[in-house]
Parts: sequence; structure tokens; C-alpha cells
Amino acid sequence: MSVTADARGRPAIELRSVSRAFGRTVAVRDVELVVWPKEFLVILGESGSGKTTLLKMINRLQAQDSGDVLIDGQPTSAVVAHELRRRIGYVFQRVGLFPHMTVAENVAITPRLLGWDEDEIRARVEELLALVNLPAEMAPRLPAALSGGQRQRVGVARALAARPSIMLMDEPFGALDPITRDALAREYRSLHERMGLVTVMVTHDVLESLLLADRIVVMRAGVIVASGTPHEMMNDPRDAEVRKLMDMPRRQMTRVAAMLDDAKRP
Amino acid sequence: MNDRFADAWALLPGYLSEHVVLSAAAMALGLVVSLALVIAAVRSERVRWPVLAFASLIQTVPSLALLALFYPLLLAVSGFAKSVFGAGFSALGFLPSLLALALYSMLPVIRNGVAGIVNIDAAVIEAARGVGMTDWQRLWRVELPLATPLLMAGIRTAAVWVIGAATLSTPVGQVSLGNYIFSGLQVQNWVSVLFGCVAAAGLALVVDQLLALIEAGLARRSRARVAAGVAALAVGIAAAAVPLGRGAASSYVVGGKAFSEQFILAELMSARIVAAGGAVAQRTGLGSAVVFAALASGDVDVYVDYSGTIWANVMRRAEVPRREPMLAEIRAWLEEEHGIVMLGSLGFENAYGLAMRRDRAQQLGIATIADLAAHSAELSMGGDLEFFSRPEWGGLQSAYGLQFASRRDFDPTFMYQAVTDGEVDVISAFTSDGRIAANDLLVLADPAGAILPYDAIVLIARKRANDDTLRRALLPLVDAIPLALMQEANYRVDRERDKETPAATARWLESEIGARGN
Repeated sequence: MSVTADARGRPAIELRSVSRAFGRTVAVRDVELVVWPKEFLVILGESGSGKTTLLKMINRLQAQDSGDVLIDGQPTSAVVAHELRRRIGYVFQRVGLFPHMTVAENVAITPRLLGWDEDEIRARVEELLALVNLPAEMAPRLPAALSGGQRQRVGVARALAARPSIMLMDEPFGALDPITRDALAREYRSLHERMGLVTVMVTHDVLESLLLADRIVVMRAGVIVASGTPHEMMNDPRDAEVRKLMDMPRRQMTRVAAMLDDAKRP
Repeated sequence: MNDRFADAWALLPGYLSEHVVLSAAAMALGLVVSLALVIAAVRSERVRWPVLAFASLIQTVPSLALLALFYPLLLAVSGFAKSVFGAGFSALGFLPSLLALALYSMLPVIRNGVAGIVNIDAAVIEAARGVGMTDWQRLWRVELPLATPLLMAGIRTAAVWVIGAATLSTPVGQVSLGNYIFSGLQVQNWVSVLFGCVAAAGLALVVDQLLALIEAGLARRSRARVAAGVAALAVGIAAAAVPLGRGAASSYVVGGKAFSEQFILAELMSARIVAAGGAVAQRTGLGSAVVFAALASGDVDVYVDYSGTIWANVMRRAEVPRREPMLAEIRAWLEEEHGIVMLGSLGFENAYGLAMRRDRAQQLGIATIADLAAHSAELSMGGDLEFFSRPEWGGLQSAYGLQFASRRDFDPTFMYQAVTDGEVDVISAFTSDGRIAANDLLVLADPAGAILPYDAIVLIARKRANDDTLRRALLPLVDAIPLALMQEANYRVDRERDKETPAATARWLESEIGARGN
């Protein structure tokens, strides 16, 4: 973490001392977080760690009790919530495709809300289906006719439709089979590069976070307990719990490597 | 049989038109209010419970009672409007029926609408918020479309209920297919009753199928189906509304209560008014209190009531005076209180009387109510629905010391049959009823004069008090119908065989009156 703020420009997202409680349970406590332009940030934590609440406070699907959230230097509280959300892509595990709308209508929803003209929308939908590797003949189908992987591809296309610069992803591939999941994750990472996006992804999958992230922050009980690049996390975790967390993929990796070695032996 | 069917068929366009327009208006009003309440209820848990409870509560009120309650309520509102704005409105007929039926339509729409929206997958709602929809956009683009199947099912249920319940608007003065049923029930014209039931059921079926077509069209995103369903409904409603548009605004409204004699007299008066050059709209089958209030407020121009009813029920007098001073006092009171003109008495009385089978009375040696008192402890008594709550009953009991072993309430239609079959020993007969003579019943004498006189009197509303056409048409009826003639007329309508319609009987009565007058 040697690069300074000045060298990276203005933060894309900034959380200043943000807290949120549900009744007597504190979900997020006094969190400070900066996300830089073009950064792929993964928030890693177990269920109940407050990571989803933190993510939803960025596009105001949840309101913070105290503290400020800034997008491109502007407090989100100064913007009408639904206008803020139209500027930010949002993808989550249960996808939430509108079951009464076709694939094309689902993808087109945010541009429609923004009042784009229909020709522009049609062209954009075509472009997006190609971008997420869906054949064009899927466009008139209803979501019920799609597989899980196809649905989430539509979900990603819908989130990207209005050309947001920020993508929020809440365990986006968590419900998919391992092969689809791996393919989609790699494809998305390359989209992130090509389009110069800012991505904040929430997951509890350690391996996924290591393979996708530029930087990982680990949350536990509403606070950030560690932050660093995947390399730093694997090799120099300051926190004992984080070390334990990283040990699991390391162990798996070692065993898989041993198998590969066995296989090479004549 | 064929005649009765033809008579019923001839009435269909008018009844069906009124029924369709009333049902459509009630559904439209009910839908607007229901949808507003659905939206309020899904947005706030605190609103949801009271809204659902309110809708369920309305459903527990019997639909007939709901309709009946709106009449006095609107009468009070109209009176208030008159005193504040200087103009009231008609509290009879369309308006109370519309409001009651609209209320009645609300439960299935609200319940299904709320369930349809509340049960939408939470992920879809989260996505709707996530892509940046406002609350209204979410409602229109996501929640309502997804709730449509359940909502449409609720609307179909409501439509069937409303079309069925609209038959009950007849007693509050709204013409509907219920006129077949109410008048048919009173005069035991089962063809008419059946005709009304089949027509209402057929209408409900057709509307339900058209709504089903729209529902299927919405589900399959087929604009053609939706358009076809909507167009068919619109054409049906428009076709029903057109004949009503040419309604005679200046026509005379002849009222009537819900029994044979009243139907006959309403037909008789209507025919005479038409002959005198007036246009007529009939509002028969009305409740006793409703028809008087309608006359007082000018919704009805003329009808026949009975002196004892006005005396006891309207004037709230308890004593039992002699006939002539009583009529004079009624005439003065009606004029002073309501501006109502009492044109005169028709010449017969439809009083309450205690009646027994003649053979049974002779066997027990009973000729008067005083004789009956000695045996009453071993006998059973049947009365019509209101008799036992009327002051006459109290008067009779105290004057003669009557104390029956048991008593039962009957619809007047079945009361005469019950005494003839020996189910009860004594009934509260109406003295002008044709079945007294036909069933060989004996009306017991009233030596103590405990029973009020019930002279049939023609009453005219204030605004028609000096109407020449009305006077010319109806004055010849004064003192023109003796009791035996009215009994025979009633019997023609009430008898089981060769039953005649009230209209045909009115024509017969007219010719009899003409013959006697000459």
C-alpha cells in the first residue's frame, strides 16, 4: 500500500465513520473505507459480519445511522436515492430479474427509467448481451426459461446497462455451480478491466476474494479487521483470525499441488 | 305459463339495462377506492390491518341490510345538504344501491390485491429498488403487473357478487333484475322469480367470462385478448346505458310496497296516468318505511298507503280512534308536516284481522276475538314478519287477554298456506287478501274495536299537489273499489292456478270499476 491518494486521484467511494444498527444489534460500527478509481475491492466476511449492510449503504438501499458516504467526493445524502441508484450498478445473489419482463426488457430497465430513446436502448441491449456472452436469441425470453448462470449474466448486463462507473456486487456468483461460477467470475473481472470500473464485491469465499480482488478488506462483527492486497493477506496477515482464514485455501492448494506432483512422477 | 314468460321477457330490456348500469358503476367506484386502499395498505403495515378488517366487517353485514341502511343515511345527508347548500339529492334508488354495492365489492379486491403485492419475491422488490425505481415506478412496473393474476381473480369474484347482490336493490327503489324476484315472490309467480334468477346468473356468467378473457390476455401478454374483453364489456355497458339516457325526466313516479295488492294498484294508477297523457316510471317492491320517506322527499309522486300504517308507524300514535276522525286527522297531519295530499280513500280496508280456518273455528265455537281468548292458551299463532312488533298486537293482547301456546313468523306468502294446512291455528290475515275467501278462512270479529282501521288511501307528494293530470287520472278511483272487488283482484294474482299478472289484473279491475261506475 505504497501508492498515495494524490497519485490515484480522488477516491471513487469514501465511507467516513459510518455506523448502522438494527434495533440493539450493531451491524456496522464506525467504518472508514476508501475505494479508488478502477479498483476491484472485495469485502470478505462471514454472514452477520455487516458486509452486506456496508455495501447497501453505498447506494442507499440502507441508510446509515451516522457518518457520511461520498461518491466522487459528493455526499450521497445530497442526491435523491433513486437517482443515485441509477448511476450505480447493483448485482446480488438472488438476481431478482423481473419475472414478467423479457430478458431485453430486464436489461433495458434503467435506461428506460432514465428516458433514453428506444433506438439507443435497443442497440445497448444488443451490445450488453454480447458483452455478457448471451446469444441474441435470448432477448425475447422470460427469465423463467433461463438457467441460473444465464440469469446472473442478465443480472450483470442489467446492472451495466446505464454505463455506471461503480458496480456493487453482493455474493453475485454464490448460488451458481462451481464451473459456471468460475467462468462468470473471470469474465466479470475482465469486463472490470476493459471498462475501467470501480467494483465493490461482498463475499464469504476466501479463494474467490484472493483470485478476483485488487484489495481485500476483512470484516468481523461490524468492523474492518484487516485490509491489504491478496498477496499481503496470504503472506503477512497481522491478525491471527485472518491468518486462520487464509490458511484454509493454502492447505487446499498444497494438497492439490501434491496431487499434481504425484501425477508428474513417472 | 307462456304468457308469464312473455310478460317477463317484455320487461327484460328495462330491468337488464338498469342492472348492468348499476353493477358497472358500483364496480368502477369500488375498484377505484379498493385500489387506493390496496396501495395504502401495502405501503404501511399500520394501514394494512385496519383496511383488511374494515373490508371483512362490511362483508359480515347482510347485503340487504347494507342496502337498506344507506337509504336513511343518504336521506339525512341530503337533508343536511339541502339546509347548507340549498339543494338536496334523491336518496332513493340508484345512489344508495351504488354506494352499498361498491362497498360490497371491496373485500375480494382488497384482500387479493394486498396478498398479490405483499407476497412478491423480496428479491424482485430489492432489484426494483436497486435499478433506481421510485415507489410509484415500482408499483406500476413491477408490483401491480405481478399482482395482476390474484387481483383479477378478486375482481372477478367481486363482479359476480355485485351482480348477484344488485338484485337486492329493488326494495330501496332501484329497478334491477331483482324486480322479477321480489314481485314474483310476493305474487307467487315462480316463472318470474326463476326468470330473474336465471337472468342475473347469466349476466354474472357472461361478465365473469369476459373478465377471464382479459385476465388470460394480461397473463399471456396478448393485447388482442385484453382489447376484446374490454371492448365487449364497454359495448355491453354502453348498450345498457343508452335506453336509460332517453329516460323521461318529467315522468310521474308511481310507488308501491312489496305485495300483490300494491303491485295491482300501482299498475292501475300507472295505466290511468298514461291514459291521461302522463309518462310513468314505477318504483314498486319498496319497503313500507322507504316508500313513505320517498314520497315525503319527492322521489315518489304517488302511492297507496293505509290509514292505520300512517297513524301508528309514521305519526307514532298509540290510541285506536274511530275511522272518520282518524282520516281527518291524518289528512291534516300529512298536509302540515310533509305537504302530502291525501286524495281520498279507495273504498276498502286492508286491515289486520285474526283469521282461522272456518271449520276449526266452528268446531271450537269461535266467532270473535273474545271467543278466541278463551281458547288461546291451547292454540298457535302465526304472524307476518312485522306483526308481533306492531302496536296492534299489544293492543289485541291487552284488550282480549290473548295468550297463545306458541307463535311463529311467516312471510305473508306462506302464512295463508300454513293456517290452511293446520300448521298454525290463527294468523294475522290481511282483510283484503283474496286467499281469505279462497281458502275458506274466517276473519274473527273485533267487538272491542282494538284493531286500527286500515283504509287504503291515495297519497300525492308535495310537488305534485296541484297537478291536474294526476288528479284527473286518480280522482275517479276514490271510493270506487269495494272490499270484495279488491279481494277478487288480489286472488287473481295470488291463486295457484290461472294466475294472472298484476298488470292484467289491473286491466280487469279497471273494467270492473268502469262497469260499476256506469
